Amino acid sequence: MKIHEYQAKEILARYGVPVPRGRMASTVDEAEEIARDLGGRVVVKAQIHAGGRGKGGGVKLADGRDAAREAAQKILGMTLVTHQTGLEGRLVQRLLVEETLPIVKELYLGIVLDRGTGLPVVMASPAGGMDIEEVAAKTPELIFKEAFAPGTGLMGWQARKLAFSLGLPNEAISAAVKTIMALAKAWVEMDCSLAEVNPLVLTAGNGIVALDAKISFDDNALYRHKDVVELRDLGEEDPLEVEASKFGLNYIKLDGNVACMVNGAGLAMATMDIIKWAGGSPANFLDVGGGANKDQIGNAFHILLADPNVKAILINIFGGILRCDVLAAGVVDAARALDVKVPIVIRMEGTNVEIGRQILADSGLNFTVAQGMRDAAEKVVALAA
Amino acid sequence: MSILVNKDTRLLVQGFTGREATFHSEQMIAYGGQVVGGVVPGKGGSSHLGRPVFNTVADAVKATGANASVVFVPPAFAAEAVMEAADAGLALVVCITEGIPAVDMVKAWQFLQTKPATRLIGPNCPGIITPGECKIGIMPGHIHKPGPVGVVSRSGTLTYEAVGQLSALGIGQTTCIGIGGDPIIGTNHTDSIRLFNEDPKTEAIVMIGEIGGNAEEMAAAYVKEHVRKPVIGFIAGQTAPPGRRMGHAGAIISGGSGKASDKIKAMEEAGIIVCPTPADMGERVKAALKL
Repeated sequence: MKIHEYQAKEILARYGVPVPRGRMASTVDEAEEIARDLGGRVVVKAQIHAGGRGKGGGVKLADGRDAAREAAQKILGMTLVTHQTGLEGRLVQRLLVEETLPIVKELYLGIVLDRGTGLPVVMASPAGGMDIEEVAAKTPELIFKEAFAPGTGLMGWQARKLAFSLGLPNEAISAAVKTIMALAKAWVEMDCSLAEVNPLVLTAGNGIVALDAKISFDDNALYRHKDVVELRDLGEEDPLEVEASKFGLNYIKLDGNVACMVNGAGLAMATMDIIKWAGGSPANFLDVGGGANKDQIGNAFHILLADPNVKAILINIFGGILRCDVLAAGVVDAARALDVKVPIVIRMEGTNVEIGRQILADSGLNFTVAQGMRDAAEKVVALAA
Repeated sequence: MSILVNKDTRLLVQGFTGREATFHSEQMIAYGGQVVGGVVPGKGGSSHLGRPVFNTVADAVKATGANASVVFVPPAFAAEAVMEAADAGLALVVCITEGIPAVDMVKAWQFLQTKPATRLIGPNCPGIITPGECKIGIMPGHIHKPGPVGVVSRSGTLTYEAVGQLSALGIGQTTCIGIGGDPIIGTNHTDSIRLFNEDPKTEAIVMIGEIGGNAEEMAAAYVKEHVRKPVIGFIAGQTAPPGRRMGHAGAIISGGSGKASDKIKAMEEAGIIVCPTPADMGERVKAALKL
């Protein structure tokens, strides 16, 4: 789960990461009021769950309250397009208004889980403010790493090693160490999957401040962070994906016209792939899970049909233990109840598959039964064309 | 022959009396495996499905001589269950549970480094089966048949798809391992391929991967160096958008890494036969075995 920059900064500040003074604003008036309280030059930043906001015109400097008001007017309500939003962009509904700081140097600090070692790893770099993947590709020697075990936590000497690698003046080392330790503690205690400060800045007074902050959380651990769940901004998510999540369906909207309903994540991805291979374009990823029962199939139809691009549906279920006659009856009931008009291709394997096929054939509904995945993909792509 | 499990495997079920565990234990028993007991804290001394229930894994091992366990414990307690099983000295722990917090798994993984005698499979996996001998997990037993192909995969139903194609062509399997869809898993592609490579009865290996991480690239490097048996591969998620978690916690392209195209390239360079679609897996194995 992702959160906004201002929310990430609130969490990191609680752990002792220094952040600029500032607050969130959802109206122009609020933005002006915050600028007035802060005094002097402020920065007005669009709050969306995507990077590259500055280049897209979502970050503006403003001298004083009037200028801040003007900047807020421009950014609030705009559809911000960045390299991470896709062409449709994101509607800006919140702003962060913050003090500006005398920046001497921009650094990078981030923590991710390294799959290879099975440990969280802190990455620090003197090449801050840039895309860290770009730094890793072009100048990997400028990225310094320390792995740590969550039980014992990041050690002071590890944080010092990182701090000294950043080329900071001695007067700033202690603050940098504290910040690195604080970020590591937050990563573990808040069950983050990513905690990133880019840039982390050295200020003229040898202060260390998180100028930007990005946190995403491990969805599997949200059950123990009720306060984090409340930070979820549904406005940042696709409405159909939000709806699907209410039914416990794993749905991701894509831009094609062949919808698919599959049991299992790997098979669902493979089904998308074979639709593409057959010359079509998948409209979604949808894993209905192991218990593909009548209600869940109905819910899945409901979500798939709400996408106006969908021209045909492919149901690909490798039942195994799931009985195909029960599955077929569920599909027929759900399709009838929802009055599904688009053609449906069904490929299923498992116990009682012949009886299941007969149920589909006898239903009088617009079903095409396929044998195997290739046949299914070719049939559904032809029907969607 | 087979790897890791066979007819002599003596299995415990952790979280034995739960609904899912009960259903799948019945299936495992019906398949002919030796389910020797279960562990449910607080229910020690009772019996379930005709097998004894114990409070701790250590008690269960002492009383039954079990050498493997399967974990059906809910996500909040599953990492701990894995550690308990390792501490009791079990050689194999198969964790089916999906949804374990990553930090919990990091801690369990650290603990497992101190227990080299224990191999973990999973979590978030369908389990492991040696056809005709022993089924540990939730896969449909009847689609498998004994034979010469080892199968390793990160995905459950996609494994069934591969196995279904193989069996339909009359090609059986030595052992099939679902290694799991999480970012931290106990047994990876490379571990599995090494075991299949050392197993004299395994004549070909099917390796199914998906987007996220670089485990497939590592396995490809291993294959290039050490494996002379044919390896047939497939990578799911060629059409997956970057930055989105595709069902599995570990199936995500992040920061330009974990892309299907990179994995396919590495595999092809290692001499692995990469299937263009998931529908080709069975046929490619057949061709590779010159059947």
